[in-house]
Amino acid sequence: MAVLCATFMTDTANREILHSLAKAIGLSAPNPHRLPSTVARDDEPLLVAAAKSGDATAFEELVRRYERKIFRLTMNITRNREDAEDAMQDAFMKAYTHLNNFHENSRFYTWLVRIAANEALMRLRKRRPNQFSLDEPLEGDDDLMPREIEDWGPSPEQRYAQSEMQEILNKVIDQLEPDFRVVFVLRDIEQLSTEETAAAIGISVPAVKSRLLRARLKLREKLDRYLRKGEPN
Amino acid sequence: MNCKVVIREISNYIDGDLDVAIKQELELHLAHCQDCTMVLSQMKMTVEIFCDSQSVELPTDVRSRLHDALRRKMHEPGG
Repeated sequence: MAVLCATFMTDTANREILHSLAKAIGLSAPNPHRLPSTVARDDEPLLVAAAKSGDATAFEELVRRYERKIFRLTMNITRNREDAEDAMQDAFMKAYTHLNNFHENSRFYTWLVRIAANEALMRLRKRRPNQFSLDEPLEGDDDLMPREIEDWGPSPEQRYAQSEMQEILNKVIDQLEPDFRVVFVLRDIEQLSTEETAAAIGISVPAVKSRLLRARLKLREKLDRYLRKGEPN
Repeated sequence: MNCKVVIREISNYIDGDLDVAIKQELELHLAHCQDCTMVLSQMKMTVEIFCDSQSVELPTDVRSRLHDALRRKMHEPGG
């Protein structure tokens, strides 16, 4: 279906057929979250094809589907609400303007994440120019060995109220260097593959792996002071 | 395999991104090293705790501004 859509999207008649099809299977439903996630994934190429042919409703549907996740991503990278909003808005604008450059060799969401991550990184670099070294290799593993290893016990986060835990997590991720934070956010939170993460931020696959290792170790160490067993909360 | 090598490969191990031979060596080490086993478990827990906490809501005003900007963009000549 996706191939057919992409192939015959050039004339108005087919555009109308696609729009009707999209409506018939509920793509224009006001609440896309009612759709099971598998359906949401499967219909993405259809929506993208319709949006490419000029169907604004289809593009708005894509925006509605991903706006929360993209805001979460830009918030996690910039750690600043104003920058996160600007980055998200510009990402969707760019996606709309350059939709025809998306050649569907990846998921639309992955393409969108790449644009949004770059918008967020641009703002982060402006705000914290001295904390960034995306082009520099981070070698050496002398500092990798955890200094303190204490038991956390089962479900240690449950020792805190949800709001307290959220505050701790915000503090901990704020302290993580941007180079590491970006990779952690893309790989572990947004669940991009190593290759997709490398492509999204323009670094090599080994650099992604190395930074992810450091990010996970540093976060573990920072959380350790709050989560070790017997520690008063 | 010593602790230093295990820690260097621990993230790749979590991601299932190790050659079979290295994975076996690492698991052999984990079987008798309590510290590395604890670091592995806490690293997995760290990732889970962060993923579970990620239910960021899109504030209504932010959402409205996004959709207003998009509608303006879509109605631009050639937009």
